[in-house]
Amino acid sequence: MSFAANLPLFSIVACLICAALSSLLREKAAAWVTRILALAVAAAAAAVLVLALKTGQTTTYRMGHYPHPWGNELRFGILEPLFSGVFALVLLACTVGGSRELVRDISRSKRSLYYVMCDLLLATLLALLYTNDVFTGYVFIEICTIASCGILMIRRIGRTTLAAVRYMIFSLIGSGLFLIGVVFLYAQTGHLLMPNLKAAIAEIWASGQSRTPLMIAICLMTLGLCIKSGLFPFHYWMPDTYGYATPCSSGILSGLVSKGYIFLLIKLILNVFGRDVFYASGIQNVLYLLGVVGMVVGSVSAMRENDIFRMVAFSSAAQIGYIYMGIGLSPELGILASLFHILTHAITKPLLFLSASGLVTASGGDKRFRALLGAAHRNPGAGFAFAVGSLSMIGLPLTMGFIAKYLFAFAAFRENLRLVPTLLALAVSTVLNAYYFTRTLIRIFNTRDLQPTAPVRLRSQPHFALAAALLIGANLSLGILAQPLITLLRKGLAMVL
Amino acid sequence: MLDSLWNNRIPAAAVLLFAVGFTTLLLHRNLLKKIIGLNIMDTAAYLFLASLGYIAGRKPPIITDGNTDPAAYANPLPAGLVLTGIVVSVSVTALMLALTLRLYRRYHTLDLDKIYMMARDEQEDET
Repeated sequence: MSFAANLPLFSIVACLICAALSSLLREKAAAWVTRILALAVAAAAAAVLVLALKTGQTTTYRMGHYPHPWGNELRFGILEPLFSGVFALVLLACTVGGSRELVRDISRSKRSLYYVMCDLLLATLLALLYTNDVFTGYVFIEICTIASCGILMIRRIGRTTLAAVRYMIFSLIGSGLFLIGVVFLYAQTGHLLMPNLKAAIAEIWASGQSRTPLMIAICLMTLGLCIKSGLFPFHYWMPDTYGYATPCSSGILSGLVSKGYIFLLIKLILNVFGRDVFYASGIQNVLYLLGVVGMVVGSVSAMRENDIFRMVAFSSAAQIGYIYMGIGLSPELGILASLFHILTHAITKPLLFLSASGLVTASGGDKRFRALLGAAHRNPGAGFAFAVGSLSMIGLPLTMGFIAKYLFAFAAFRENLRLVPTLLALAVSTVLNAYYFTRTLIRIFNTRDLQPTAPVRLRSQPHFALAAALLIGANLSLGILAQPLITLLRKGLAMVL
Repeated sequence: MLDSLWNNRIPAAAVLLFAVGFTTLLLHRNLLKKIIGLNIMDTAAYLFLASLGYIAGRKPPIITDGNTDPAAYANPLPAGLVLTGIVVSVSVTALMLALTLRLYRRYHTLDLDKIYMMARDEQEDET
């Protein structure tokens, strides 16, 4: 086994060690630990990706060399390192780009703890991506809940505590359902490792008997992850959570944490439930329906918001709808489109939160649209970044958003019955997206009654400039040269099956 | 019907307990009772899991008399899982209690609906 196969475990352990160390460090040192850690994790992910491309198959990494079915395992092909690399870089961009707001929002004594939570969050995201054991999945889901609640509640304003309580209640309901689902599955099959579970489930399904208990377990686990990732109608915690957290946390929570759960769900569908069982069960139709409704309802709610952060937060609900629509659509092309959209949203949403915060700060801290008239002239850098993010959300060509929508439509053309509803939902949602994002752009670039003030230069906000450059660069380059990424995702999907 | 219910009494009890905890966590307005609900819900899952490790007629999986034959002992894996799960639930409960304390200090009530109303009034005052 080559050395690179050790790297996923090493990255997870390194994150945990750094989290423990950072709690002893001062704020600046802790920040640098997180940044270097994120870069190191991304580099390790690249090495693992190269290994996967070279061997052309998934690698199973047994911890402590215990054979199945007793041991605990990590398993990775192309998708896992690809996503962990992107997630680590987005986390880096968030913590760097939001560092000025962190100083503003968090009291001095707590700031190093914020980075502890970021390190922990990275560890849990990596574990959710790499694990091959459903109970390990459950444990890291709970750690992820705690860490995300930490980065949310660390800003001490009354509403954030309330938002954190609401977020926790939804999250705990989700993980409770997931846990009881795992226990049911264990009771029926006697396994916790994904390959063993998959074989046992296929056997039960083929026998035709006791399908109902199996379906209940699968439903419970799927429902738990849907609640945690904020699928309609479980998205009502989103606007408060993303709207009141510090922008760096909003970016991480909306861009990464909810995506970690969705990736785990996709992994469960492919590696545990099995495509054939899952797509014969009818659950995918429910996911499809909720996804489609979520796309429209999320956008309508976003349209009615009067607060830029809450608008961007509601648009997240719509984007989660897209991802679930893809999962429900079809096992190959649909999931491919969803995977691409996960990356799109992970790269775009933090950019929107960070730039919206720049605009709000330049407008005296008022988040309402009234105060944001002409904000892009007061902070041109943030205005440009917000414009790029908005255009990607609408789905204009040259951005990743366009490719994602193209892939969804492409997947829909292979379906007979669901072709028209999917295209309609895409069209309606795109029009609504275009409406509220263009309206916002017109407001922030408005020149009427503009008070002559010196604009905030990019040079005075180097952290934001760096993060925005990274995210915009990734968005445009992957939007223009999407084919290599799509090929990678397709190869990765083929490898998993 | 009754027979199969009796044979599955442990899963049935676990599901019943889980449902009690779940509805309390979801619907109760009092934050402390929500936390109690959370614990009932998790405990239901752990009880079910612990019962899965029991094999009638076998000893607990601790070697005391030099007998290393696995057929003599019950399944130790679920106990390990339950322990891990308990640690998780303790930490989540602690976090929820801390949040509840913070809210109580600010709003002097544990009723979530009242807290929402007060928070909304505060926001209207600001605008």
